[in-house]
Amino acid sequence: MRELSLNILDVAQNSISAGASLITVEVTEDTELKTLSVNIIDNGSGMTSEQLEKVRDPFYTTRTTRKVGMGIPLFKMAAEQTGGCFSINSAPGKGTEVSAVFKTDSVDFTPLGDMRSTVIMLVTMNTDRDFVYRRVLDGREFVLDTREIKAVLGEVPLDNPDVTEWLKGYIDENVNNLYGGVQ
Amino acid sequence: MKSLEELMAIKEKTMKKMTVREDTGDDVTRIVVGMATCGIAAGARPVLNALVDEVAKRNLKGVTVSQTGCIGMCQYEPIVEVTEPGKEKVTYVKMTAEKAIKVINDHIVNGNPVAEYTVGAIK
Repeated sequence: MRELSLNILDVAQNSISAGASLITVEVTEDTELKTLSVNIIDNGSGMTSEQLEKVRDPFYTTRTTRKVGMGIPLFKMAAEQTGGCFSINSAPGKGTEVSAVFKTDSVDFTPLGDMRSTVIMLVTMNTDRDFVYRRVLDGREFVLDTREIKAVLGEVPLDNPDVTEWLKGYIDENVNNLYGGVQ
Repeated sequence: MKSLEELMAIKEKTMKKMTVREDTGDDVTRIVVGMATCGIAAGARPVLNALVDEVAKRNLKGVTVSQTGCIGMCQYEPIVEVTEPGKEKVTYVKMTAEKAIKVINDHIVNGNPVAEYTVGAIK
């Protein structure tokens, strides 16, 4: 993958396939430690310990029930090649948490890329689910919670073009603010 | 600064012109993009973005854009499938954002599928 945001989109699709109603995507950057952490947490069907073992194996997939395949191994590799780490925890009926830490000063660090596109796509293509996008930079944060947005919108859907445009601007402004307007 | 008040205004404006959504019946043209690992790695995200933007820009009615998993031809990703009511499904392969816009213009709006982008043109 050319951007971490694409890995994130891919991993979050697994949460959707697992029937999650709430998916949290956290991107936490620490400029002092030179780390970028990604957590994708869902309340979907979860996996048994046996499935969890296999999920790191690129040649494992459950195309009929829960599609995993290359997604997790690619994400794991992207983290570990920077000297970072990867973990996945899951419990049947509870959900799954995928976490990866990247060392941002590594030459093998894949840029985060267009996170806005990933978030917009997840939110507008799955209006029946809820998403929390939390972006943290050195302890300061921006949180987008679709439950709050839906409370304002009432019966106007999140994939309404005017709403989508607003969401794009809202994410851009807040994330740019976090980064002091330089990103 | 984008605010929730602004969102509220969008809501009010939209509610006034909102009609009953009829995008669920049999007379709907469905555009589906493969968004599994293979599709995403090959560039499906900008393709899906372009389709959604173009449908919104042209204010096309009775057209839905959605995503699906792996279609099974990973080497031809990004793949876009167009299903029009009462017609054979058209499968576009190795798509880009530019090609996606042409498909909306030629196929969806004017009814002429773009033969050179279809899977039939490759095999």
